[in-house]
Parts: sequence; structure tokens; C-alpha cells
Amino acid sequence: MQGNNEPKSFYESGGPHKGILSWIFTTDHKRIGLLYLASLFIFFIVGAAFGLLMRLELIAPGKTIVTASTYNSFFTLHGVIMIFLFIIPGIPVSLGNFFLPLQIGARDVAFPRINLLSWWLYMTGGILALMSLFTGDGPPDTGWTFYAPYSIRTGTNVSLAVFAAFILGFSSILTGLNFVTTVHRLRAPGMSWFRMPLFVWSLYATAWVQVLATPILGITLLLIIIERFFGVGFFDPSKGGDPLLYQHLFWIYSHPAVYIMIVPAMGVVTEIIPVFARRTIFGYKAIAFSSIGIAAVGFFVWGHHMFTSGISDTSKAIFSLLTFLVAIPSGIKVFNWVASLYKGSIKVDTPLLFVISFVFLFCIGGLTGLINGTLATNIHIHGTHFIVAHFHYVMFGGTAFAFFAGLHYWFPKIFGRMYSEARAKFAWFFLFIGFNILYFPMFILGWQGMPRRYYDYLPMFHELNLISTIGSWILAAGLILMFINLVRSIKKGERAESNPWKGTTLEWTVPSPPPVENFEEIPVVTQGPYKYE
Amino acid sequence: MISGNSTETVNNVFLFILVIAIVLLISITFTMIYFVVKYNRKNNPAPENIESNLMLEITWIVVPTILVLAMFYYGWSGFRFMRTAPENAMTVKATGRMWSWQFEYENGRKDAELRVPLGKPVKLLITSADVIHGLYIPAFRIKEDAVPGMQTFLWFLPDRAGEYDLFCSEYCGTQHSSMVSKVIVIPQKDFDSWYTAVAVKKGSAHPQGVKLLEEKGCLDCHTTDGAIGVGPSFKGLFGRRVIVIAGGKEREVFADEAYLKKSILHPGADIVNGFTDIMPPQSDNMSEEEISEIINYLKELK
Repeated sequence: MQGNNEPKSFYESGGPHKGILSWIFTTDHKRIGLLYLASLFIFFIVGAAFGLLMRLELIAPGKTIVTASTYNSFFTLHGVIMIFLFIIPGIPVSLGNFFLPLQIGARDVAFPRINLLSWWLYMTGGILALMSLFTGDGPPDTGWTFYAPYSIRTGTNVSLAVFAAFILGFSSILTGLNFVTTVHRLRAPGMSWFRMPLFVWSLYATAWVQVLATPILGITLLLIIIERFFGVGFFDPSKGGDPLLYQHLFWIYSHPAVYIMIVPAMGVVTEIIPVFARRTIFGYKAIAFSSIGIAAVGFFVWGHHMFTSGISDTSKAIFSLLTFLVAIPSGIKVFNWVASLYKGSIKVDTPLLFVISFVFLFCIGGLTGLINGTLATNIHIHGTHFIVAHFHYVMFGGTAFAFFAGLHYWFPKIFGRMYSEARAKFAWFFLFIGFNILYFPMFILGWQGMPRRYYDYLPMFHELNLISTIGSWILAAGLILMFINLVRSIKKGERAESNPWKGTTLEWTVPSPPPVENFEEIPVVTQGPYKYE
Repeated sequence: MISGNSTETVNNVFLFILVIAIVLLISITFTMIYFVVKYNRKNNPAPENIESNLMLEITWIVVPTILVLAMFYYGWSGFRFMRTAPENAMTVKATGRMWSWQFEYENGRKDAELRVPLGKPVKLLITSADVIHGLYIPAFRIKEDAVPGMQTFLWFLPDRAGEYDLFCSEYCGTQHSSMVSKVIVIPQKDFDSWYTAVAVKKGSAHPQGVKLLEEKGCLDCHTTDGAIGVGPSFKGLFGRRVIVIAGGKEREVFADEAYLKKSILHPGADIVNGFTDIMPPQSDNMSEEEISEIINYLKELK
């Protein structure tokens, strides 16, 4: 205990190690959160670079900058990096690690050393994934889905990339396990389940999905490796295997994984709205239960990725029906968010600006999801650019915009400094405009019939592809402006007080940046999280 | 509501959902912006804490549930129509392979394009010779994967004459985006004369080598004019010395009949230096006769 002295911030006391070692061997959840944050955005920049190169290739039909096989590696690596290294770990490992203990009044997560192990596994997986680029017989070219039997037969370095994803799976499982235990065991006295902030609820629901679904991915990827090295016929029909089995196994994980990506983002959004509207959240329980509902029903809808794959028509009908049911809790959340603005006292600072654009973009992503979930229309747009547009609206317009909202919202708490509000809004403008110019044309391209993962396309698709590529440059400019503003403000921003936004959750009761032990004394909670009376 | 055509069926369902989606998007966005402006901190310094409203919450659970169930049902009935091929449909076997399509008619005629008579329903029996492909005809809003070792199907009513694009919709390797073909819808009379002319031809003279190369999909990767494609060019190949990699070691071979035959049947045995091992073995795709026909043609291709 620090006694009467002002406690040192977690930047100043790094435990037994010095310098870089005080970071990579830390067990402080805040330092681990920042380690993750830095690594996530390094991988994000690599993934975004591949995305920009893809768009550049597609600026005109025919060969523009690279060959077909290089392009195929670009979209594979863009997908693998963005999905496994950025958006799945994403919000939980960075903002979640940093704020989960703070929001429930704990000094750390339940298993601090396992938390560090998760980061090491994450880095090992990430480095292996990048190594698969430069070793073996060329970078993997299967797409992030590794569909068999192509992934069994291709001569490229698929095994290493698959092994990387396998390792990353363990990182995800351990984080999930840690968070479930933390929420169950380490809540401050008086913090009952329904006094938890809704960000915590969303992390809790996500953590269960991570623990239950990820092992299936691990097994599936292992089977790919065994089949590639030892020729055991699990998935390749020429060896007696079944390629549809692979797709089932893959999507049994990868569809719930979609909710690992979006549910924490919804939690961030729910956290920001009451603070900037200075009023309580509308429908606390509905939002909490909808997180659990999405996580639970999300396990039973994987078949909608396989509507044209050759599974039976009866199972398609059942999966379509279940898919519509999972749309309802997402709808409930959107209505509650909008209602939480009613009769508030609203100030549109950057975090809320990102949140409002999140709601708009997420609605476009979600509503076009209805077209995907409907059998008749799915057949036409399945595997086209319509799908590419849809999931970028949900994942980038949704999750990444919420992530950016959270970064700005918690920036003063994490770094003890404010970012420049004017520059942040300027960057937002480029992000929002660029995003829509980049991805909206893909809806039309897909409806017109342009399949995804196409290196070359018919001349009729040229104009919209050109517009989309121009959008990618605007979006890139927005990202650069945003990162420059944030990174610059870490050192040069104005000093932030402990509660600049007048938030009501526990993280705002401690100094900015927080001390090593978070709370000098563990707080006793007597009311719900968003009390503005 | 469901007419006799997959295009209209899908378009109608699409419009139904699109209208609901646009109404929802505009109302949500408008309400959100209206609140942000109306309850701005300057105008409204004192917020009101409304925690919930049961009626409102029930409404926005029940109404969307009804809407999505309607979408499901409408989409499902359209889908049932799309999955119920008429009895009188003409059957064509479609086989995907890296990276071309082969359509085989009931009389044995094979072609790389899908030629169908106007106004007669067509049922496609789809499979793949290697990896998973997807048979996609955007104009008729239909798509189904071609899965090796399995038969899937599609049907459509070609009720408009003309040429329509046919794509591969499931990623299948290097040349995925050039696995493009056409659906050619022609009047029954024209179709019959094309169809029977082929039938007469069948069994008489052997098809020429160049035609086989086209039909078997060889020309998707190999050229006959010396240009380098995914694989080495056929031009001047016969009788030349070729550097190949076999078992990780380089060696020089003489491109004679035996070498060409081995390269067709076991392409992975000797990989020409500078190329990758991606060609599928052709043992199921070609007969002995066809192989010698092709080799005879290659001999002449100086």
C-alpha cells in the first residue's frame, strides 16, 4: 500500500524489470492491454497495406501491378491478418484487458500470468503468420477460409499459416477463460450482476464464445495439417474425405467468431452513449441479455455460410430461420441505443461521433445481412462482392469504428493526456467518407454478379471498381490522420484530469493514468453503472 | 407471386427486403440525428433519466420478429421454387476443373460454353474434377458449388435469347477469375441443328487436337503461340530439350512422345523449371486415343 503519498502511475513502476523487459514480462493487465494495443495496430497496418494493394490491382481490369498468384496471396494475408490478428483479439485483449478489472473494481484479472502467456502466444502466432510469407514455396493462396481440398493440394505455404492460426486460437481461449473467471470472482463488493457496466457484460458473453468455439477451430486446422503432411483423407474426396465436413467444422467456429468480433464493439458503444448524453442507458437488462442471446444463438447459424455448398435443402431452411432469430437481439440493441439519446444532454465529441457513425454503418451491414440470410436472395449474392461489402460494413464500419470510438473515449484514462478534438474530427470525416466510397460500390458490384476473390473482371465492372479504389485512398488518409493525432497526443496532448467526460463507471474514479494497483482501496458499489441523478 | 423464372423470383424477394431495410435505415438514422440535434447540451442542459418503457420494448421486439419471419418465409418459398426442377427439363452435366467448365449433353456432345434452347427449362447436374468451384449465372440469379465426389444441381428457365456470363464463384486457385464462360440462349430450331449436327459428327472422324485442347481446358493455362501462361507454351515444345525439376533436382529431358504423355497423366512428376506444381492429372479427363491425338497435334505445332 502506498500510504498517504499519491500512488505512482503504472507507467512509473514496472515491477522487477527495467525498460522493454518491464513490458514484455509484465503481469499488469494495463501494461498487457497496451502491449496488445501496440501489436494489434502494427498488424492492422500490415493488413491494411495488403488491402490497399488489392484495391490498387483492381483499379482496372487485367493486370495492373501484380500477377494473379500474388493477388491471391494478398487477399489471403489481408484476411488472415485482419481476422486472426486484429479483429478477433481486438477490443477484448486491448481495451478489455485494460478496463475490465478497472470497471469491476479489481486490481487485476484473475490469472495475470496466463494473461501474459496469451500475449506471448499471440505474438508467436502473429510472427509465424508473417513468416509464412517469406518461407516455403510462396505465401499461402487459399483465402482466410482455407477451404479443402484446395488447401490440401496447393503447393504454397499453407501449413505454416494454418499452424499460426492454431497457436492464435490458444491465445484466444486463454483470454476467454481469464475474463470469465475474472467476472465471476473479482467483482468489487456490492457489484451485483446487474450493476456491472454493459461493456463488462459484452466481454463476458464474448469470453464464453471464445472458450467454447475456439477449440473446434484448433482441431479443424490440425486436421488440415495432418492431411497435408501424412495424406490422411479427412477432407479431400480423392482420399475418401469430405470437403463439406471441413466447411461445417470451419464455420462452427468462424460464425460464432463473428460475434467475438462484434459483441465487444457493441459493449463499447453502450458505454459511450450514456456518458455523452449525460443520462442513464435505456433498457439496461435488454442490452445485457441481448449480448448473451447473440452469443448463444450465434452457435447455431453457421450453415448460412453454406447455402450454395451442396448441403441439403432442409438444413438450409432451418439455418435460414435461425439466422433471422439472431438478427433480433442486434435490432434490440440498436433501438435501445437510439432511445438512450432521447431527452439526454448531448455533446458530440469524437467518441460519440464515431458511435453515431457506427450505428449508421452497422445498420447498413445488419440490414444487408437480411438479404444474405434469406434463401432466395442469398443464392444470387453468395460469394460475390455483395458479401465483401456486407462484412466490411459490419466489421470495419461496425467493430473498427467502435474500437476507434473506444480509443478516443478512454485515451485520457490510458495515457493521462487529451488528444486534439479538432484533428480527431477532421480524421473522422476522411474515415467516414472514404469508408463509404470504398465499400458501398461493392454492394452494387455484387448484385451485378461480380464474384469475390477475383483478380481480373469483365469491363462492365470497371467504373465501380475504380470508385472503390479511390475510396480506399481517402480511407487510408483518414487512418493516417487519426493515428498521427493519437500518437502525437501521447506525449504532447494536454494533461487529462481523472474524469474529463464525467463518466460514472469505476475507471473514472481513479487517477489518469491509473496507479499500478488500480484502487487504493477496493470500492464498495451501491448503485448501477450509469447514474446521472 | 412466384412466377416461372428464377430471375423474377429473386428480384421480388430482394425488393421486398430492400424496401423494409431502407425504411428502417432512414427512420433509425433520422431519429438518431434528430435526438442529437434536439437534445444538444446547449438546448437541453438538464437530461431526463428514462430507464425503460415496457410497451416500447415489447413493440420493438415483436414488430421486427414479424418482419424477419415474413422475410424468411418469402425467401424460403422462392427458394423452394428454385430447387424444384420441372420434369421436362433438359439435363446437362456441368463439370468444373481448374480453370474451365465442361458441359456435356445427353447425346455426348461436350462444349466449354452452355448452349440452351429458348424457353425450355434446363437442369444442370454439377460436379468437379479437382477442387471446389461454384457455378454462377448472375442473369438467372442462380449459383451452386461444384464439389468433387458429389453431384449438385441447378435449374433455370432461359426465357430470353442472348448471351449471359457464367462465373466461378468459389475460389479455386491462380486462374479463378478467368474461369469464365457463357450461357448462349438460342431459338429451339437453331439449337436443334447445332445439337444434331454434332451428333452426326460424333463417332466419325476423331476431333482434331486443337479442338481437344480447347475442350479439355488445356488452353486455360497453356498457349499455342509461345506466350507464357500459367504453364509453359505448347509452341515448339515437341523435340526440344526442357529443364525440369524432379524430386527437388534439376535435370534435362528430351520432349518426346513419352515425356508429353507422362506430363499429361502425371504432371507432378517433372515440373518445368520456373513453373509450379498445380496441374491436375488428366487420367480421368482424357482417353488414350485423345492423348495421342493431342500429341500428334503438338508435333505439328512448331
